[in-house]
Amino acid sequence: MHPIEDETCVLRLEDVTKVYSGIVAVRHANLALRRGAVNVLVGENGAGKSTLMRIIAGVEKPSLGRILIDGREVEFLSPADAQRHGIGMVFQELNLFGNLSVAENIFATREIMRGVRGIDHRAQVEKANHFLDKLDAGINAETLVEDLPIGQQQLVEIAKAISLDTRILILDEPTSALSAAEVDVLFKVIGELKAQGVAIVYISHRLEELMRIGDYITVLRDGQITGHAMVRDIDTKWIVRSMIGSDAKDFAKSIDHRLGEEMFRVEDICLPRKTGGLAVDHVSISVRAGEVLGIYGLMGAGRSEFFECVMGQHAHSTGSIRVGGVEVADRDTSRRIREGLALIPEDRQREGLVQALSIASNLTLASLDRFVRFGFHIAGEREQSAIQSAIRDLSIKAPNPDFEVTSMSGGNQQKVVIGKALMTEPKVLLMDEPSRGIDVGAKADVFRTMRRLAGEGLAILFSTSDLEEVMALSDRIAVMSNGRLVSVIDRKDATEEMIVKASAEGHKTTRELAQ
Amino acid sequence: MTTATTTPDATDVSSGSVLLTLMKLRTFIALFAVIAFFSIFAPNFLSTANIILMSKHVALNAFLAMGMTFVIITGGIDLSVGSIVGLCGMVAGGLILNGIDLQFGFTVYFNIVEVCLITLAVGVAIGAINGLLITKLNVAPFIATLGTLYVARGFALLSSDGQTFPNLVGKPELATTGFAFLGSGRVLGLPVSIWILIVVALAAAYVAKYTPIGRHIFAVGGNERAARMSGIRVDRVKMFVYMFSGFCAAIVGLVISSELMASHPATGNSFELNAIAAAVLGGTSMSGGRGTIGGTIIGAFVIGILSDGLVMMGISSFWQMVIKGIVIIVAVVVDQAQRRLQQQVTLMQLAKKG
Repeated sequence: MHPIEDETCVLRLEDVTKVYSGIVAVRHANLALRRGAVNVLVGENGAGKSTLMRIIAGVEKPSLGRILIDGREVEFLSPADAQRHGIGMVFQELNLFGNLSVAENIFATREIMRGVRGIDHRAQVEKANHFLDKLDAGINAETLVEDLPIGQQQLVEIAKAISLDTRILILDEPTSALSAAEVDVLFKVIGELKAQGVAIVYISHRLEELMRIGDYITVLRDGQITGHAMVRDIDTKWIVRSMIGSDAKDFAKSIDHRLGEEMFRVEDICLPRKTGGLAVDHVSISVRAGEVLGIYGLMGAGRSEFFECVMGQHAHSTGSIRVGGVEVADRDTSRRIREGLALIPEDRQREGLVQALSIASNLTLASLDRFVRFGFHIAGEREQSAIQSAIRDLSIKAPNPDFEVTSMSGGNQQKVVIGKALMTEPKVLLMDEPSRGIDVGAKADVFRTMRRLAGEGLAILFSTSDLEEVMALSDRIAVMSNGRLVSVIDRKDATEEMIVKASAEGHKTTRELAQ
Repeated sequence: MTTATTTPDATDVSSGSVLLTLMKLRTFIALFAVIAFFSIFAPNFLSTANIILMSKHVALNAFLAMGMTFVIITGGIDLSVGSIVGLCGMVAGGLILNGIDLQFGFTVYFNIVEVCLITLAVGVAIGAINGLLITKLNVAPFIATLGTLYVARGFALLSSDGQTFPNLVGKPELATTGFAFLGSGRVLGLPVSIWILIVVALAAAYVAKYTPIGRHIFAVGGNERAARMSGIRVDRVKMFVYMFSGFCAAIVGLVISSELMASHPATGNSFELNAIAAAVLGGTSMSGGRGTIGGTIIGAFVIGILSDGLVMMGISSFWQMVIKGIVIIVAVVVDQAQRRLQQQVTLMQLAKKG
């Protein structure tokens, strides 16, 4: 497990561990980055790739372990510190100021000054255009960032990172928003940077991309490094094996029960994207009572958007929805909840919880009507008993239900979100990445709950980008890619390779169309 | 199992940090501090007459502050309340004095109860306009209510051409007498306006704690997206809080014109700032999601007693402004410190339990 010692190694992490409140994100990781090479990092969502990179970029400080640059130990107190050491990072979520121009974004915090006469805008624009031309971006440095489509914004981020004269450039899923042509340009630039001796860290879920561009590959699973190799020595099978591992996670075994009538059917769900095209592209699917349908897809495949359409969060979505054979005509979320639909959103903090409220209030938030007497009075004892039984059923480790919901660990917070959805007594439960960002024990609890609910006759749709999860939990597996439902496979007939291949389907088509 | 562990934990929290408890009670402490201070330094401060006079002053601000509290909890702000006070006073005065001229020789007069109801309806309607601007037209609350601030004030001035409606005693034959009851009447020794305050405050506190709409108000302010996802009709909640704020302002408009037995169109100028101050002093968080009616009422009392007491001590009104400003800033600083401390205490307790 000792890192390889040689002079091409520019940055080394030794025994790095990062602990957040309640969860270990990275566990004793040893990683070496080499100059003049593309160091690929793969792993499932939540495996700790992004955390590792945030440590290198100075955004997070490691709880334990050392960072060495050129053999000397360093400590980054801030991203600016890391930048001084020549480390640039393009984040998965773009960090741009939409209200400023491209040039102003590229030179943010290191504006070119003309002494006391303020910023030299002309020089900034000129230099910015130089970097953008290198990328063949076709972007004018004077345009406002918010006026650019997301793919071009990504290029601006990359231009910004290049302009820093970086020795180590971290790209966190840089291609997730790029078109095929833009990807080719990016790869060309990566090639040039490599020739200049820059160490590139490349994070992506797209295995074919990794095989095409990578030199060294490191695989992460559950915060641990499980494989390290030269890309030319390995194949995609090796990657998948290292990603999933041999020790199976604690999945609840499927309880045998008879599937019921068709409970949920959607037809031709469409959602136009702001930048043109469809985020959800004519999705039709049906789920029976007691059935668990796993929806697999990469980030941006349109899974969350599909769920949001079903819940009536997008006013301009089209298509028909039936619950228990009855057409759901109402467009607003509260009526759809009453019709028996419930969603557990992907982003727990932004969409699932009201942080200022207590655990108890969060649990009953969506179902207060159930506890109301005389039309306006919340009956305390009825609410309390419902809260107690939810805490028991979901084994939420709540020291006191009146504490703020943020006082618990991520896994327990997720259980509160699930409890909130279940209290509305849904017939169809939509779960968007239900295991994201929670620890192994809580995951097992969540999976057990899903199985139990299916046994009780709920129709469950859950999305995930975890292969193992989708294989273990689903009765049927649907694969989404680029907004389209590419295939629906029975669990018995599905293989991991089939699913991975299908999940890239949508992107392949656009590439072929582009050529 | 969970119920068994609840009780010892709760005692842990209270005994664990005396400082935290003190900070939580800071508004109370501030209230006792100002009362103690002025009973020593201001002559006649504790006389019954003075206390009743002061509580009448405080009541006006407390009404507005309650409405404001709900608005701020949803994450909004209502700058228009002062103007609504002015306009509603003019509506009441105009109806009592002149009725509504129907242009063809007839004038409709309303009896005093109807006048009050119409005035309240006007306040609620302006609140509804605020709500519609904010929910349907997506105007930022600050701007929307700033706009209605000017519009309502403008209409108040237009209604009388800037003049005062004097002498609102009314005529017995039109059943418009008795307006004075609101402002100077007493029931069981307490001024009527105080009774109304008690009723509205209890109702508001009840709504906040025991009704779905109350819970929804906190949820919308705490995390609007999550509230929407949970099926809460966010627009409806916002409409409610602005209409309630307008309702409270209308009450103040009625009470003031009744106290003076006259309506002046400039009444209520900058009242919104005092209301915001009282809410913030009472622990309402400007970023939404946190606040209580009880705290706000105490906040209103602190501010009211402070300004009346300083007047009684003969301190210049310029200094009063400086002192009031400092009190508000200190209140918010302590609020922030308390929240940080609270987080630390919670984390430590979690760590202790392992």
